[in-house]
Amino acid sequence: MPVKVISPGLATSVQDLGRPGYYHLGIPISGGMDRLALRSANLLVGNAEGAAALETVFLGPELEFTEDAIVAVAGAELPPLVDGEPRETWASFKVKAGQRLSFNYLEAGARAYIAVSGGIDVPPALGSRSTYALGALGGLEGRNLQVGDVVALGESGNSVREGRSVPGHLRRLPGTPAELRAIPGLYWHRITEESKASFFDDTWKVASEADRIGYRFQKGRSLNFNERTQPFGAGSDPSNIVDSCYPYGSIQVPGGTEPIVLHRDAVSGGGYFMVGTVISADMDLIGQLQPNMDTKFVEVDLETALAARRERRNHLERIRESVKE
Amino acid sequence: METRFSFGGDDHIFGEVDEEMSLEAFFKSLSVTKALRESQIDGVTEICPANASYQIKYDPDRIKPDDLMAELRKVEEDAASAESVIQTRIIEIPVFYNDPWTRETLMRFRERHQDPSGTDIEYAARINGYDSVDSFIKAHSESPWFVTMVGFVAGLPFMFQMVERSRQIEVPKYLRPRTDTPKLTVGYGGCFSCIYSVRGAGGYQMFGITPMPIYDPKQEISYLKEFMVFFNPGDIVKFQPVDREAYDKGVEDVDTGKFEPLIRDFKFSLDEFRSGIDAYNAKIGEAIHAS
Repeated sequence: MPVKVISPGLATSVQDLGRPGYYHLGIPISGGMDRLALRSANLLVGNAEGAAALETVFLGPELEFTEDAIVAVAGAELPPLVDGEPRETWASFKVKAGQRLSFNYLEAGARAYIAVSGGIDVPPALGSRSTYALGALGGLEGRNLQVGDVVALGESGNSVREGRSVPGHLRRLPGTPAELRAIPGLYWHRITEESKASFFDDTWKVASEADRIGYRFQKGRSLNFNERTQPFGAGSDPSNIVDSCYPYGSIQVPGGTEPIVLHRDAVSGGGYFMVGTVISADMDLIGQLQPNMDTKFVEVDLETALAARRERRNHLERIRESVKE
Repeated sequence: METRFSFGGDDHIFGEVDEEMSLEAFFKSLSVTKALRESQIDGVTEICPANASYQIKYDPDRIKPDDLMAELRKVEEDAASAESVIQTRIIEIPVFYNDPWTRETLMRFRERHQDPSGTDIEYAARINGYDSVDSFIKAHSESPWFVTMVGFVAGLPFMFQMVERSRQIEVPKYLRPRTDTPKLTVGYGGCFSCIYSVRGAGGYQMFGITPMPIYDPKQEISYLKEFMVFFNPGDIVKFQPVDREAYDKGVEDVDTGKFEPLIRDFKFSLDEFRSGIDAYNAKIGEAIHAS
């Protein structure tokens, strides 16, 4: 039975764990920007971890339920209200038929995941229910939610109950400043030693151009390039390369001025050089950054990145344990 | 041409075949990625060929980065000795050059352009030494193109013209990207032509528009029912200039489900191509219209 969208919030979309396998055709993986939060919200309502949920940013939606459901909100501290009554984040609660779920003002983080027992039921596209708005693919008609939309829910198992929660120490949000660990590489050799140092020394601020495609940062020193004759086909600016693929998490710096970290709805390639890549364990954190937040890029090597990846997996395992009955 | 490898974080390997663009670099990228696809290495989740480079995404929980790198070097070695012959297809794309829609758009963003006094195609013709827009259109449409990369956004082809470097058209991108580009605009940046698969931001110079959709997430268009993306790297494209009337007819035929793209199977040999470019391109032209 469906959920009615009374107000859609700023940008609310259906997301699951994404559609790998089509990046070579320019179709990005998409899915929740903060996957740990998405999985947590699903676990709390008894869904499969990869079930489709709603990702909402900064300003939550208002939703009217037409049947009883168990709901959980994880990720950003975006306090849920049921008919105006406060509920906990990172915890499952009941919403009865006819009741409205809305949200108070954002307290921390940027993106909250609203999981509903049974999951959001939109038709899968290329194996995923995730919304890729730029390509009008997946989700609800390939776009963010709008007023008047009716969102279908899947069948929920009968073991679902309210009152589960993820303990505080297992909830993950960026610190101050936010630290994003990155492995230098790709076209790192293009910049001077001085710029290599300043890139990691400087404190950057999240710019207003920050969305599912990528996050832009500013206020650090501009990067200087080692001189070269530009290769044929690359373009005349020293930050240009012959258009190549862009890894998820790759850090491009057009014109050497403002780094952009590509995220789940990444453009799959283009003609700007990249200084390196944010490690997989820290990708979730980017989805929780607000404009103007101080951010440091922290240089790590591959071994450290793999250890961080294992730590993140153990972290998820602890969340799984914590929500078991 | 020795590929330069770099780890992209802990779950990508990036291989730059060459710093500069060439058909040779593209062919190596294409053959290595094809061989990688066939070798079905466990843990590899994405294999993306690009113009003169490629990228692999993998799950480091399933395959160690160093092990994958070793596999990759082995595949590279084998692919280097491979014959440069590919079984592909030639596609004719109708283009309405100098159309009113891209013209209206380029006028709106004139202050972001190198030459605010003219149009994109006039600028491109002039800086590439053509005496008229017509002779420029002739150069753009006379010789075929390789689709050397599909991406940026869903289904967008980057195309590299199959001519000697001295005849390659080169143009800069807009000084600042536009926030709007009509869907199906035929654009140009660096040494690449492209077709914008969806409406949106863009920095390439705009030369014209095609009536032929190349991406359809709803999969309703007759020739996109099986898969929503039309192009693959390795496709050969020949642009066919059309006038307003033929463009309108094309749009109408797409809408009524009658439009059938002109597609021919073709076996391309890089060696034969190199031994006589114009003669080989003439053969491609004939192959399209052979019944």
